Amino acid sequence: MDRADVDSRIRALIEPFNKKNVEVADSTTFAGDLEFDSLTVMDFVAAIEDEFDIIITMNQQAEIETYGELVTAVCSLAGR
Amino acid sequence: MSSGVSQPDQPAERSGESPDLFAKFDPIIAQRETLLATGVEDPFSLVMERVLSPTRAVCNGRDTILLGTYNYMGMTFDPDVIAAGQRALADFGSGTTGSRVLNGTYRGHREVEEALRDFYAMDHAMVFSTGYQANLGIISTIAGKGDYIVLDIDSHASIWDGCALGNAEVVPFKHNDIDAMEKRLRRIPEGAGKLVVLEGVYSMLGDIAPLKEMVQVAKAHGAMVLVDEAHSMGFIGENGRGVVEAQGVIDEVDFIIGTFSKSVGTVGGFCVSNHPKFEILRLVCRPYVFTASLPPSVVATAATSIRKLIHAGEKRARLWGNSQRMHGGLRELGFTLGTEEPQSAIVAVIMPDLERGAAMWEALLREGLYVNLARPPATPANMTLLRCSLCAEHSEEEVEAILGMFARAGRAVGII
Repeated sequence: MDRADVDSRIRALIEPFNKKNVEVADSTTFAGDLEFDSLTVMDFVAAIEDEFDIIITMNQQAEIETYGELVTAVCSLAGR
Repeated sequence: MSSGVSQPDQPAERSGESPDLFAKFDPIIAQRETLLATGVEDPFSLVMERVLSPTRAVCNGRDTILLGTYNYMGMTFDPDVIAAGQRALADFGSGTTGSRVLNGTYRGHREVEEALRDFYAMDHAMVFSTGYQANLGIISTIAGKGDYIVLDIDSHASIWDGCALGNAEVVPFKHNDIDAMEKRLRRIPEGAGKLVVLEGVYSMLGDIAPLKEMVQVAKAHGAMVLVDEAHSMGFIGENGRGVVEAQGVIDEVDFIIGTFSKSVGTVGGFCVSNHPKFEILRLVCRPYVFTASLPPSVVATAATSIRKLIHAGEKRARLWGNSQRMHGGLRELGFTLGTEEPQSAIVAVIMPDLERGAAMWEALLREGLYVNLARPPATPANMTLLRCSLCAEHSEEEVEAILGMFARAGRAVGII
């Protein structure tokens, strides 16, 4: 799957959760920069899973700290 | 032998760059200090000085009605249960000092497992030292590397810890959302083992799961199903076997997890199952093997209590009556509750925030009523709750008295 395409679709999904309109770059962290709490993470992950018809297990989530890592993980999961 | 045992505690002075490992607790220490600075009694340091009955105790010096003990069926002072415990204590001693697989299986452990098989009409029963260990042990052992656990996001800590102890892939779904569960099951790679973990009653809000539909969906996807019925045993379902029985899917589920520390009235946990290979778990389940078994008096009280619960139809009816009256009465007073209708013996009263929740909790304690204060992170959606669990032994007069206390405390704190 095309990385630019995945990137733009995730960018659209992140918007309603990005309450403070933080500028999102590959190095942006979910816990630190975007201040996602565990409930937000659950809803956001569910939105991505439905968009790409994938599952991102808790084990995989634990390895994802930044926006760029998320895009990479989704590209890999959706490409299978 | 340590030569330091008689020395007073001497805080070590740390040197170098390493951080204090306790620094991670600073936010919770600060939150606690802020709360206690308002002058409220510490909700997490209550002492029961005397226990008078399943529904009454002397707490922090006051005669108090207990409405937060999960002692649903009021078995803790049942004369037959007490007598069985006393006999076992005298005949078998105070403890087993051993693992179930070594020297820790006494006659009483076999008898309580037999009582469970009879209660649930199932082939196998395995007793753990606590309910927490039952979930920890079963989940971490049966779901291994490459398997998938699909579970409700509001699952109890013991279920999450069972997932964390094992090596399976963990996939949560939105609370009680059948569609969200189905989607996740559908996306699991072909050929992988699947375990769906659900609860009958969710203890924070007292709501039940749509098990009929969920178990069907799980089975359609080839998953094994484990249901934690800790908060329903003894009174939900015609024979008290839980929400799985009430919704007619008990024969479809693979494992039921339960506890002795609620309706049964003592401590311990268990798993019952019809799986033909179930007994092998006694050798491979580490939280079962590497801990001491329950004391003889505990298994004797549990076995007696479970056998009495088989015939407790009248108590079941009284408990439902109490739950309905409490739920309806609190709604009439204007409180916001966790469920629209009473679904279990738990009635959760939703507080506007932690400060007013703690103030309300203390006002109730001063009135002579004990309820559970539940707060984030244990609660869903970061709510603060006053959790009320009813008992079959609460009298109608006590229930009315409790409603009066809620009315006065609620007005004093400004919640209603």
